[in-house]
Amino acid sequence: MNRADIGYLGLAASGILIAVAVAISLWRRLGVERSILWAALRALVQLLIVGVALQLVVDDDDPLILSFLWLLVMHLFAAYTTWTRARRERSVFLLSLVAYAASSAVTLGVLFGFQVYELEGRTIVPLAGIVIGNSLSATVLVSNRLFDAAHERRAEIEGRLALGLTAGDAFAPVLRESLRTALVPQIETTKAVGIIALPGAMVGLILAGTDPADAVQVQVSVMYLVLGGVATTTAVMSLGISRRLFTPAQQLRRPDP
Amino acid sequence: MLHGASRRCRAQLPLVTRETSIRTPRYVPRVTAPASFELVDVVAGPPGAPILRSITLTVPCDGILAVAGPSGSGKSTLLRLLNRLDDPTSGSISWEGRHLDEWDPTELRRRVAMVFQRAPLFPGTVRDNFRVALPDVSEDRAAHVLEHVGLPTEMIDQPADRLSGGEAQRMCFARALLTDPGVLLADEPTAALDVAARHTVEDLGLEIAESGVPLVWITHDTEQLRRLADHVVVLVDGAVTAFGHLDELDEHPDPTIRELVGAPA
Repeated sequence: MNRADIGYLGLAASGILIAVAVAISLWRRLGVERSILWAALRALVQLLIVGVALQLVVDDDDPLILSFLWLLVMHLFAAYTTWTRARRERSVFLLSLVAYAASSAVTLGVLFGFQVYELEGRTIVPLAGIVIGNSLSATVLVSNRLFDAAHERRAEIEGRLALGLTAGDAFAPVLRESLRTALVPQIETTKAVGIIALPGAMVGLILAGTDPADAVQVQVSVMYLVLGGVATTTAVMSLGISRRLFTPAQQLRRPDP
Repeated sequence: MLHGASRRCRAQLPLVTRETSIRTPRYVPRVTAPASFELVDVVAGPPGAPILRSITLTVPCDGILAVAGPSGSGKSTLLRLLNRLDDPTSGSISWEGRHLDEWDPTELRRRVAMVFQRAPLFPGTVRDNFRVALPDVSEDRAAHVLEHVGLPTEMIDQPADRLSGGEAQRMCFARALLTDPGVLLADEPTAALDVAARHTVEDLGLEIAESGVPLVWITHDTEQLRRLADHVVVLVDGAVTAFGHLDELDEHPDPTIRELVGAPA
């Protein structure tokens, strides 16, 4: 038997932990028991659907085109989510779509190019999912910071423009700070891995019976993938936004009314 | 320090001496000097609610042109158009005979320098601030420009955020002068300063004008206007209501204009 196969009975038993959470909510009158149940149910249903859908792409004889279609939908959905969280700024949807695509191309290009993983349905969708999933919050963060900075630091930026600096040079200090802010959490997470928490991919592999030494190798490659992915996505996104913030005559645009 | 048109147009001007003035006596043409900026039918601001409505104006290329008028009359908007921090929605603006669109914006802004009401300080020392304007600024040049604005040369290594309001504003003038501008735009540069600092910055403005760099200076303060202005343009509700030499506006038929320029009774 596959050690990871806990069966429906095992799944149901793990649901006891949800009952514990609900009991605590009732006991301390937190009023979140319905939210806990809804979240638990939603997670179960979403993942069951994903599990069924993944069946369509992970088998060796499944056509790769299905994996790429999946990627496309994933990218579109990520761009949409970024757009809704980054104040629905007109330019964000397309820019973030380009940023996620660039990030997937770079990170998966390296992993598949150097044959770290085989190019197959089993690897494409999960790896791209990790890149995009982890880049999303950093992309939203960098977008919002840049829009805020363009407004709050307008005097400083225009002070540089007025001295004859190009838009790129005038905005560079702001861009640098925003990018750093978006990347620092991921760098800290990478530093703390293994000490504070065991990462999910490694836990999953160990639970599924993989040798911990092998699980560590996979996990490390995944951490690097995430760090590279977040850096690429935020860099492309911030460059794109900083271009959109200025007119061709190197003027800082005003926000849409 | 002087560039093209400013030097040229000074040379062409007839020498006219002032008769009586409470301002620093210096050479200022009574006739309108050859133009530095030419604005024709300029409209600017949000479409449907323009801030400037059809401005036609010839900015003299010598001395100080004071821009006066009540709050919201479009003074800052006008100044921002002159170095293309904003573009007009219609009309044309040219400087030294060339339409602003024909200038490379970065080149234009180095020649048409601007100082703001609240001095934007960049991180680091005064030297770091100078390097934003002129990356390879030499010790001599930095010392010279500091002396020019009346700051001690040892201030070069002082963190910019420790300067007083007046010092910071003078440092901003020095920073702007490093690009060798042909004209200097000043958007109420003394509005955030106390009286003593205000006077040192005004003196600096007069010295800069005297050294051959004309200024366009926005002011709310009638006394300041009288101390500084050679020419005055009065804006009300986004339109030019009066323009001319201060002495001419002192005799303007409209009492509101005379009051705005503080004409002697």
